[in-house]
Amino acid sequence: MPKIFFVTPDNKTTEVDVSGPMTVMQAAIQGDIRGIEAECGGACACATCHVYVDEAFVDRLPPAQEDEEDMLEGVAAERLPNSRLSCQIPVTDALDGLRVRIPDRQF
Amino acid sequence: MERAIVAIGASHAGVQFVASLREQGHTGQITLVSDEPDFPYHKPPLSKAFMKGTASVESLNLRGPHFFQSAGIDFRRGLSAIGIDRAARQVRFSDGSILSYDVLMLATGARPRVWAGQALPHNVSALRSLNDARRLHNAVADTVGPIVVVGGGYVSLELAATWCMTTGRDITIVNSASRLLARSASPELAAVVENRFRAHGVGMRMGVQARQFTIDASGNARGVVLSDGTEIPASLVVLGTGVLPNQELALAAGLPCDGGILVDEQCRTADRAIFAAGDCTRHFNGYAGRQIRLECVQNAHDQARVAAAVICGQDARYHQVPWFWSDQFDMKFQTVGLLPDTRSLCVTRGTPRDGKGAYYHYDMAGKLAAIETVNMPAEHMLGRKLLSAGMSVSADRVADPAFNIRQLL
Ligand SMILES: Cc1cc2nc3c(=O)[nH]c(=O)nc-3n(C[C@H](O)[C@H](O)[C@H](O)COP(=O)(O)OP(=O)(O)OC[C@H]3O[C@@H](n4cnc5c(N)ncnc54)[C@H](O)[C@@H]3O)c2cc1C
Ligand code: FES
Repeated sequence: MPKIFFVTPDNKTTEVDVSGPMTVMQAAIQGDIRGIEAECGGACACATCHVYVDEAFVDRLPPAQEDEEDMLEGVAAERLPNSRLSCQIPVTDALDGLRVRIPDRQF
Repeated sequence: MERAIVAIGASHAGVQFVASLREQGHTGQITLVSDEPDFPYHKPPLSKAFMKGTASVESLNLRGPHFFQSAGIDFRRGLSAIGIDRAARQVRFSDGSILSYDVLMLATGARPRVWAGQALPHNVSALRSLNDARRLHNAVADTVGPIVVVGGGYVSLELAATWCMTTGRDITIVNSASRLLARSASPELAAVVENRFRAHGVGMRMGVQARQFTIDASGNARGVVLSDGTEIPASLVVLGTGVLPNQELALAAGLPCDGGILVDEQCRTADRAIFAAGDCTRHFNGYAGRQIRLECVQNAHDQARVAAAVICGQDARYHQVPWFWSDQFDMKFQTVGLLPDTRSLCVTRGTPRDGKGAYYHYDMAGKLAAIETVNMPAEHMLGRKLLSAGMSVSADRVADPAFNIRQLL
């Protein structure tokens, strides 16, 4: 069961155990992680599920598709090279231990 | 004593409201009541991923399974609010129970318009709730033959597109207006959509109404009779003929309603103790500068946040620029702003007809009022920032392919 670590802006880390197929966004919702709004429910249409992926994992993720790249244009917080939309990252065993930081705002 | 807050309706608006109350620091009692049996869920995927079969029920959850408990919210489902006693500040429920409130939130949403003709045959239904979606999903599996979709709004089109891709069945859209999306998209965008549906072989009957059903011995519709006297065969019919705001509870309590519960820009009704948010409201919209009713997730969430902030003592106002999206076939439609009733100009960028482009709509004063994009999420997001900042951009610049909104921001 892969584990995902969410680091909130107040530097608190919360661990979520993922069972079953889901995205990093859905893992955050399951784990009641504050700061992932996910208004569109994962349709890559709202950019309120923005996260910063830990540098060590950036290359292990499937690269962002064009839609996600485009939507990242509009994130509310600063866009950084490790910015991703968490609804577009499926959790796999290879991502066990993934650490993502939540920006200070989503809209 | 902390105020006791009761919210009626646990969908996009109701759930966002109670979550925002806790985020804003309200520590008093919160009760959230839903007349649905299900855990609160995202509605947009019902016509898209869920209907396709690519999204599970759990993946639709608006919040995690432990959210209400850990946030200290008393969530009661399967319970319908049937009356408000404003003098006593109490709500009565279908099981006879009564809740007292200091602050009441009406997030009752909207329901499908009822069919004015005969009683509905078994294989005819609308789509609003998860229950509807389950039933429709099963009905598609259990039937063979043509599907008729009545209505040319977004939900109808999404269903038609989904079934066109997943079932290969004959699909016909019956639309009483002379074009698709008459209420919610420009004629230009509607033409793009219509083209795409025709290219996929979806039948279109425009400018005619569905009048009645021909019914077989087992009580199922076998055909839909149209206002021009023709009949189209059907083994399954979906009614996507629009929704009505759930304002009856408010009306009965003497709160002013007019095609939606009337609220101001702080989401207050005429009663200081009662707020309303989401599809059930007709609100003063700061962006539009007039009263409107919106049916989109953005509006539900943003109004709910404003109401929660106001209740927690902030001077918040609802001024957000409206936006929504729709996914059909390989097209992602996104609209930001409000289409003006009369416009001075529509400028095309790219080639929306070929699946990538945008329409910029200008009001009579020459100000940019809305941007409709097809498969251009970046342009949509930048457009949101532009309109949120109250900025416009001249039609000449927009017409230049080298122009990018980013230059303005
Ligand atoms: C199939 C479908 C697809 C959609 N796709 C999109 C999309 O792509 N993008 C977009 O922006 N929007 C979309 N929408 C619209 C969006 O879902 C609505 O705008 C949104 O759900 C409004 O939220 P709400 O909380 O105001 O109301 P609702 O979602 O209507 O919820 C109101 C809730 O209150 C309950 N209720 C009502 N009366 C009572 C009572 N007396 N007692 C207790 N409970 C009560 C209702 O049963 C319901 O659960 C779609 C809608 C549908 C149906
Ligand atoms: S949830 Fe909306 S873009 Fe990820």
